Amino acid sequence: MGATALRNGPSPVPAPIDSIVEVRGISKAYGNVEALRGIDLDFPRGKLTSLLGPSGCGKTTLLKIIAGLIRADGGTVAINGKRVSAPGPERAFVFQDFALMPWATVTRNVAFGLELRGTNKAEREEIARGYIAEVGLAGFEDKYPHELSGGMRQRVGLARALSVDADVLLLDEPFSAVDEQNRRKFQEDLIRLRTNQNKTFIFVTHSIEEAVYISDRIVLLSPRPGRVSQIIEPAIDRSGDPERIHRDRHYLDTVEEIWQGLKQYVE
Amino acid sequence: MTLFGYRVPMMASLLVWCVVWEIVGRLDLVFMLPPFSEVLAAAVDLVQTPSWQSATVTTLRAFAMGMVLSIVIGVPLGILMGRVKIADDLLGMWVNIFSSAPLSAIVPVLMILFGFGEKTIVAAVFLFAIWIIVLDTRAGVRHISPSLIEMARSYGASRPALYTKIILWAALPEILAGIRLGLIRGVKGVVIGQLLVAIVGYGALFETFSRNFRMAEFWALTIILFAFALLVAELIERAEAKVEYYAGARQ
Repeated sequence: MGATALRNGPSPVPAPIDSIVEVRGISKAYGNVEALRGIDLDFPRGKLTSLLGPSGCGKTTLLKIIAGLIRADGGTVAINGKRVSAPGPERAFVFQDFALMPWATVTRNVAFGLELRGTNKAEREEIARGYIAEVGLAGFEDKYPHELSGGMRQRVGLARALSVDADVLLLDEPFSAVDEQNRRKFQEDLIRLRTNQNKTFIFVTHSIEEAVYISDRIVLLSPRPGRVSQIIEPAIDRSGDPERIHRDRHYLDTVEEIWQGLKQYVE
Repeated sequence: MTLFGYRVPMMASLLVWCVVWEIVGRLDLVFMLPPFSEVLAAAVDLVQTPSWQSATVTTLRAFAMGMVLSIVIGVPLGILMGRVKIADDLLGMWVNIFSSAPLSAIVPVLMILFGFGEKTIVAAVFLFAIWIIVLDTRAGVRHISPSLIEMARSYGASRPALYTKIILWAALPEILAGIRLGLIRGVKGVVIGQLLVAIVGYGALFETFSRNFRMAEFWALTIILFAFALLVAELIERAEAKVEYYAGARQ
């Protein structure tokens, strides 16, 4: 197991010292299908936590419950100690299919969160331009989404989430509709972004490699009903060249270990 | 289309038919059909008569009022049906029946309700145009990607903002298509309404021309009407193409 901290079993995980998102006893069913059962989780402030699991384990459902987009059947979600049940300004969502407005330019798309909050046009476009540059899209401010590649569109989605200055960024499989080369580049950028921006990331993915590559903490969910089966904190040094991580021993060991754990759910 | 290596413009086929018309007209085979040149001359004369001008004003006004009404009521109704299941269940059947029913049969009833005047014509335009606008708007709203709605909600959109900033725009290509089809149906409505009432606008003119066998003027008026319907549809199509340019590139 090496340097990987591993906690087993369904018993509640001891709360980290400073958790920004607290999930308690969340359950959700769609008709007869139980999607989530008794989820207890804490998300440490300033860290990137991945929700990882096979399809049908309810990871996206859990993320959308935290976002306030789906109502849970039972249990509570608290952000900064305050219970929430609807979307709020302290959370921002990045969508799997980008969810950009095709009739609006990159700038307007990025500034949309601020537009809804009533920030005046000059100010919000100023802020938007800053984040467009931050995600590497400088020069594309006046383009429309259909003029951009998939990877660039998701960068717009990310800039939109950053521009509202939320504490928690919720990312729902943000790279699954992006081609492989762009995904690699994007993952590297996300690591850099996480260091620069003092934000908490909650990241849903079905890719073990992706989760281990970018996460401080990985929550493994088991399917039908979705439950927390394991929490893993890969001890990988991400300070140097991001390319090196792919050859890091801990990286490879952790990927292997998670695969062994998940294998049983794959036929 | 190319002919003997030369590019032939789209409207060329129309020219061929005009020539055929002219020849058949000159042969004097059918009394109904005067030569095309005669019809054109009649059209030139017609548009200079005060009776045509006042009829046009009356017709256009009734058409415009009927269209504005059907858009102002049809688009919100379509959005409501696209968003609220109960509204859809309650109204869906009726909208579908009316959109495919032979509405001309109802126009006499309108006459009883609204009298022999402009109101009946406006009601006829409205009745012909609104259903396709409702149906297309509803389809457009139904096709909005759920994640776009979730996006607006997650960034704190109020209900009015959700409708004015997302739903209306996302459904705009279908709404415009509905309005274009509605305009064409509205032209039908105005003509049928006026023909049945027969004492207003183009209806009165058609009535006079056909009663007195003034076929050249009759055809001239018909051509003017067709040209108007095509022109209106073309204008909306231009607007649609512009919207499709960025809204049509939906994933």
